[in-house]
Amino acid sequence: MNGKTLYDKLWEAHVVRSNPDGTALIYIDRHLVHEVTSPQAFEGLRLAGRVPWRIDANLATADHNVPTTGRRQGITDPVSRLQVETLDQNCLDFGITEFAMNDPRQGIVHVIGPEQGATLPGMTVVCGDSHTSTHGAFGALAFGIGTSEVEHVLATQCLLMKKAKNMRVRVDGEIPFGVTAKDIVLAVIGHIGTAGGTGYAIEFAGSAIRSLSMEGRMTVCNMAIEAGARAGLIAVDDKTVDYFHGRPYAPSEQQWDRAQTVWRSLHSDEDAVFDREIGVNAGTIPPQVTWGTSPEMVVAIDDRVPDPAREADATRRASMRGALEYMGLVPGTPMHDIAIDKVFIGSCTNSRIEDLRAAAAVVKGRRIARNVKLAMVVPGSGLVKAQAEREGLDKVFTGAGFEWREPGCSMCLAMNADHLEPGERCASTSNRNFEGRQGAGGRTHLVSPAMAAAAGIAGHFVDVRNWR
Amino acid sequence: MQKFTTLTGIAAPMDRANVDTDAIIPKQYLKSIKRSGFGPNLFDSWRYLDHGEPGMDHSRRALNPDFVLNQPRYAGASVLLARVNFGCGSSREHAPWALMDYGFRVIIAPSYADIFYQNCLKNGLLPVVLDEDMVQRLFEEVYAQEGYRLSVDLGMQTITTPSGRNIHFDIDPFRKHCLINGLDEIALTLEHVDEIRAYEAQRRKEAPWLFHEARS
Repeated sequence: MNGKTLYDKLWEAHVVRSNPDGTALIYIDRHLVHEVTSPQAFEGLRLAGRVPWRIDANLATADHNVPTTGRRQGITDPVSRLQVETLDQNCLDFGITEFAMNDPRQGIVHVIGPEQGATLPGMTVVCGDSHTSTHGAFGALAFGIGTSEVEHVLATQCLLMKKAKNMRVRVDGEIPFGVTAKDIVLAVIGHIGTAGGTGYAIEFAGSAIRSLSMEGRMTVCNMAIEAGARAGLIAVDDKTVDYFHGRPYAPSEQQWDRAQTVWRSLHSDEDAVFDREIGVNAGTIPPQVTWGTSPEMVVAIDDRVPDPAREADATRRASMRGALEYMGLVPGTPMHDIAIDKVFIGSCTNSRIEDLRAAAAVVKGRRIARNVKLAMVVPGSGLVKAQAEREGLDKVFTGAGFEWREPGCSMCLAMNADHLEPGERCASTSNRNFEGRQGAGGRTHLVSPAMAAAAGIAGHFVDVRNWR
Repeated sequence: MQKFTTLTGIAAPMDRANVDTDAIIPKQYLKSIKRSGFGPNLFDSWRYLDHGEPGMDHSRRALNPDFVLNQPRYAGASVLLARVNFGCGSSREHAPWALMDYGFRVIIAPSYADIFYQNCLKNGLLPVVLDEDMVQRLFEEVYAQEGYRLSVDLGMQTITTPSGRNIHFDIDPFRKHCLINGLDEIALTLEHVDEIRAYEAQRRKEAPWLFHEARS
């Protein structure tokens, strides 16, 4: 009999009941809640006369709609305001802990979960948001769910699921200077495609993944969903265990030894068999920039905008043509030559302290280019923001002409006031370059924080490996 | 959940790969706290010439004549023919809500994003998977024949074309059962309350740190 994968272990540990048809009732340890995908679930609960199964398994925050400026005055948009107030009221009514808009701990749900220790190794973590895959960085089984499933978890603490297949992406070798977790995951998505992980849980492994900080590992798992995988996973090691010392929801001193013994078993067995395996050499990955309207449409910074005429597959060729038209790009253009209008540093992919440090190191003592209309930094949480301010990063950014904002999802999906105007081009550290994602007609190029910062200074994309 | 048994309706072609949920229902409409009313904003940025916002009278907005669903031959369509990886991206259940509110009850595609697929099944929207060649053939037939209608029988797991050709499709038996009977999945799960309680008690014993309130 073969050994077990990390995913197998996490799955088996949460089976409440197996059904003959291959489905299983899976227990959910942590449910993270935000304002956009929960109101209809709470309404459904009320209409059916049900109550939440386990109040303390839930943690809520408002992140998608919240403004990143002038927060003390409240939310101007009445539709957004109602949605955030609805979350506040639901949490109040049902006794769920919420970090509301002006709480210093408020932030993007995928940043605050780990930050609070509310995400722990070995947990099942769900949230009505596809980027819940982020939490898999800690050896947790974490995945996004829809609103019906949000209601199901609230009511039963369980989900009825079919087990996914196992995929392992091994990234070995030394990560070159100027290359980050973001570049690694974009390169992987470019390699396997945006549906390459559909039906799988992807475990990221290998020496390059091990060498990443927990922040970097979160960036990698965050974008597992952009490869089609609901869940991304990374095995527990010393870095994982050390991360949780002193966090509010982490185990107490008395329970620490027991907890970490369990956590350290959270890795795939030597003889585990995966349904699909991919190998990537980190040493050959250059900084990445997307050129199209899907995260798989990505090239190296020293490459050029690809030519659809060279694509053999008709459906793909049509997608490429449509993407180039939307992006206003001509095949063969060097990526270096693409000028930008805005810079967005933030989102659940890249808004943690390490991301802000990397961007600040690039802009320190410089000034954004004249053609850059707006460059903004949106920390992932109030605590990240406070930490950055203690380190003086806010001054570095504002000194370079960047705006220093309040935490939230902001221009990753532009549900609040932060957005691109039609035709505007943005160097963005977020996760999706879909049409209209950052604002109707807006053009998104996904990059790492250092690459976004450098583009802001230069006014066009540049290779951060050559940054002086 | 709305039941699904059989349906015969006009098929409309959505001829692009990787249609994401941001395209199906743009973010500005996610601010709604309701489950209904998303139909007028399905594919909003492709469908209208102007930029839409919640609260507008969408019936007065200028339609994009080039957008497939605005062509008169596809008026009243209830079957959406789509390409690979339909519904990728965000987990927003507003996507199937918008498709259903518009009038679609069946989607036919070679593949779907996982979360979107689940979301469809929980709302009585039937996501049929057929192989790429078969989907390609249906696209060709839809383009060739105005008023092209497909009949879908979930019980028999068949799609019937206007020429009488029957195409079989697979679906998970449990999901089929729920769709045909319009079952409330939460009620089904709550039939196992004792097992959930037993699991929870065991877990509390084995990993008590998972049941903490925050320590300040």
